[in-house]
Amino acid sequence: MTKAVSDDLEIEPRLTPARRLVDGLRRFFDGDIWHSFKSSRITVVATVITLVIFLAALFAPLVSPSNPYDLATLNLLDAFTAPVWVDDTGAGFLLGTDDQGRDMLSAIIFGTRVSLLVGFASIFFAMVIGISLGLLSGYVGGLTDAVIMRIADIQLSFPAILIALLIDGVVRGVLPSDRHNDVAVWVLIFAIGISNWVQFARTVRGSCMVERNKEYVQAARVIGIHPIVIMLRHVLPNVMGPVLVIATIGLAVAVLTEATLSFLGVGMPPTRPSLGTLVNTGQNFLASGEWWIAVFPGLALATLVLAVNLLGDWLRDALNPKLR
Amino acid sequence: MGTMGVMAAFVLRRIFQAIIVMLVVSLLAFVMFTFVGDPIAQMVGQDTSLADRAALRDRLGLNDPIILQYARYLGNVVQGDFGISFRTARRVDVLLAERMPATLELALVAALYALLAGVPMGVYTGLYPDRWLSRVFQAVSLAGISLPTFFIGILLILFFGVVLGWLPTFGRGQTVQVGWWSTGLLTVSGLKSLIMPAFTLGMFQLTLIMRLVRSEMLEVLRTDYIKFARARGLSNRAVHFGHALKNTLVPVITITGLQLGSLIAFAIITETVFQWPGMGLLFLQAIQFVDIPVMSTYLILVAAFFVVINLVVDLLYYAVDPRLRMDSSAAGATG
Repeated sequence: MTKAVSDDLEIEPRLTPARRLVDGLRRFFDGDIWHSFKSSRITVVATVITLVIFLAALFAPLVSPSNPYDLATLNLLDAFTAPVWVDDTGAGFLLGTDDQGRDMLSAIIFGTRVSLLVGFASIFFAMVIGISLGLLSGYVGGLTDAVIMRIADIQLSFPAILIALLIDGVVRGVLPSDRHNDVAVWVLIFAIGISNWVQFARTVRGSCMVERNKEYVQAARVIGIHPIVIMLRHVLPNVMGPVLVIATIGLAVAVLTEATLSFLGVGMPPTRPSLGTLVNTGQNFLASGEWWIAVFPGLALATLVLAVNLLGDWLRDALNPKLR
Repeated sequence: MGTMGVMAAFVLRRIFQAIIVMLVVSLLAFVMFTFVGDPIAQMVGQDTSLADRAALRDRLGLNDPIILQYARYLGNVVQGDFGISFRTARRVDVLLAERMPATLELALVAALYALLAGVPMGVYTGLYPDRWLSRVFQAVSLAGISLPTFFIGILLILFFGVVLGWLPTFGRGQTVQVGWWSTGLLTVSGLKSLIMPAFTLGMFQLTLIMRLVRSEMLEVLRTDYIKFARARGLSNRAVHFGHALKNTLVPVITITGLQLGSLIAFAIITETVFQWPGMGLLFLQAIQFVDIPVMSTYLILVAAFFVVINLVVDLLYYAVDPRLRMDSSAAGATG
């Protein structure tokens, strides 16, 4: 037993980082997860779509036909141009334009950027809070655990969107209205993050309670390692699988929540629109026949959320040892 | 302790928890009520004199000590007095009472439709997972989870409202007053107006119920007692509906019950899309105008809905499932 461990310790440092990377990659591509990924065609498609959307959002200024925020390039005469296949004006607006003459495709690419920014940031925020409280709750136990989990229970019985709406409403009341547009993105990240931490906390707490009583944790405790180090170095890596699954599905939920808040008019302002804001703007033109202003941002949103959801579903099954 | 004793202890504990939750929520509501925003600035115009503002502030009781305000707030809430809306200068309880029938009718019809469509769809996909219709249902359920509620509403408006012109795209149609309750269920225009909002609101619940029934069916069909029922020579029909479905219904009823609370909250979105004159639309307008009394009252009201529904579902669950009498904490809520 001790022999094997010390052998491992001797071999490890001799490998160069490049060699270790190659080994790791080879193990990954030979492994179950890659195999399960390859054999699920719908997951491959979802991944490609997700990547395309992420890259387009990341490199928005390079890939979009025009800059929708640059007022100098907008021409009101272009307003309400239909998509090219409906009515080809030769102006080159693939998905048409909105009421300001803004190219819809560009607006969607930049809107996706905003949506994803808020989505990633808020789920990261939720993850940090959830993991911290979950570790604390599971490791310390007792009254701390009881208090944190009661709060989680109460919060979980209310829909996330309601909590986010209330937080938004309160911030609106506290801040003067002219400041609100500047901080909208931070308010959203905070509100969505706060309303989604519970799943992380519950999962981490559960795993943490199991790990806490294992011998290696007790051994670490005996030799005097600080509890925070034990939690982060030894307990946390063991719960990263489920956390990753929750984070993936949580990203879809966060993007959806952001879009809903923006659609309701309490999220991103029209000066920096997300996909939800674009749908909200477009809704006003439905009755007069300019359907593309609302429909295309909505479709982009639905595609993004669907692709991420499919990815999350697959990841959950792939990381679940019971289903292998 | 006898069964009655255990039952009584369980009920009392549940009621105690419900009261704690309501107290916490009312405290939150009061804190919002008291510390957020300047209601006077919302209510008066630019040219209102300082003296008038001070008079109004005094009349609304905003100059009193905090403790006094909280005590008064709690006392008023218990008596059903939730203050005066900053935006409309009307009593909040009257405002909400006017709007409540619209939301409740919408939520109940949506829940009913989700249940009546979701259960058969779930049973079918559970019994015949490989048929093409099951795949269609599965695709619908994926869309129901991925498509944002508001986008479903917009597509419906575009298709059935604008292009085909079959259904009204906003409002509640004609309503009939039955006592203090205004109902849209008794007029043709009211019913036509209800179709799209109820469909939109129920879509997510439908997919949830369908997925739940499907997975429960798949699980139950693998159990021994189903195999024995088949071995006894019972017909497929008797096995599927008499034995399998019956046992999936307990969690389905629970989830549907718990989701009724979410429906009332999610109605905010549907009501906004269809300009449905319910509580959700009122709440959203309250947020936009920082109308704190309406916001905090809505919070208390929705919390009360949730708490009562949770309580009833827990008690029903307890009555239905004998195993729970051993472990009362199993009936958790879902997000």
